[in-house]
Amino acid sequence: MSAASSAPPLARAGARSPAGERRHMNPYLAGFGLGLVLLAAFLIMGRGLGATAASGSVVAWLSGLAAPEWTAANPALKGYYAEPPWVNWTFYLIVGVFVGSLVSARLAGRVRLRIERGPQLSAGARLALAFAGGAVAAAGAKLAKGCTSGQALTGGAQLNVGSWIFMFSVFAGAYALAYFVRKEWR
Amino acid sequence: MTLPLYAYELISDSQGLLVALGLGFGFGWFLERAGFGSSCRLCAQFYLYDMTVLKVMFTAIVTAMVGLWGFSAAGLLDLSMVYLTPTSIGAQLVGGLLLGAGFIIGGYCPGTSVTAAATGSGDGAVFIGGFMAGLMIYAIAFPGLETWANSTSLGELTLPEVFGVPYGALVLGVVVMAGLMFAGAEWSERRFAHMRPGAR
Repeated sequence: MSAASSAPPLARAGARSPAGERRHMNPYLAGFGLGLVLLAAFLIMGRGLGATAASGSVVAWLSGLAAPEWTAANPALKGYYAEPPWVNWTFYLIVGVFVGSLVSARLAGRVRLRIERGPQLSAGARLALAFAGGAVAAAGAKLAKGCTSGQALTGGAQLNVGSWIFMFSVFAGAYALAYFVRKEWR
Repeated sequence: MTLPLYAYELISDSQGLLVALGLGFGFGWFLERAGFGSSCRLCAQFYLYDMTVLKVMFTAIVTAMVGLWGFSAAGLLDLSMVYLTPTSIGAQLVGGLLLGAGFIIGGYCPGTSVTAAATGSGDGAVFIGGFMAGLMIYAIAFPGLETWANSTSLGELTLPEVFGVPYGALVLGVVVMAGLMFAGAEWSERRFAHMRPGAR
């Protein structure tokens, strides 16, 4: 049998790859599901989804252990400091995201310890860039009062002016830098 | 009109926390199903050969947007009770650029890093650590930026108000725009298929 004929045919969504992993869901179907979850958040709670405030709540709580008065007065932390994580709505939301992701990946055979990177990058360099990228993203999310979840998705669906400006800025920032970090991914 | 339930006190604070767990579960489920636990797959968006991020995001936005409009037009939902983040144009422009930079450098946005970490990604877990460290650094070093962002706030502002068009017309406009973007995304994936790793 030639190499060409032994290559797997284009797998259907839901079919298993040779590594035992399921194919990802059709992106439009996944987006529809995500949109229904977001709509449910609006209808039940009167608020959208978000991923920044949970981290903010944890950071403010830790900071408050060391310096309660400074934390309560800091413009960037005082909003988060009002509630500790265990009564904070966004913290429960992110716990749910963690569990939902884990269950989904487990059922699809996609849970494995890994450090994802392009073939030309060391694991250490990838982790350093992941840390730096996280820190830069934090400044962006704080300044914009939300991230891809709380601003782009949530505010996008609400036709919020600031959210649409934010969304196009995110794409612009990432496309502008993509060429310079291409070795990180490919 | 009894929606949102929480605003009409039909569910309590502690029930709300359970709702958050359930919504988060669904959110995480669909992020993972879309393949968003993988930094390489997410960042492929910015090399044009895999537009999954754009397709998922805009389908989600259109779905929730049409739903919000429909429930509100049917008189079932009081839109004024749904929280809307205030607009400050400069802060959201600069913040978006920074978040985009952090995305392509770090491989994730804040939500997808949780999905990645939950499925065993070390880079996802480290991104979360960097994100928390970044929040603390921002709070220590740049408290003035937060004050600036708040002082330039224009308050709640929506696109139909700015453009002076009816809500439903703008919803229709975004649906049409999303359709054109999906067509562009499909074209881009065919046009740049040779850039996919392993395609050469």
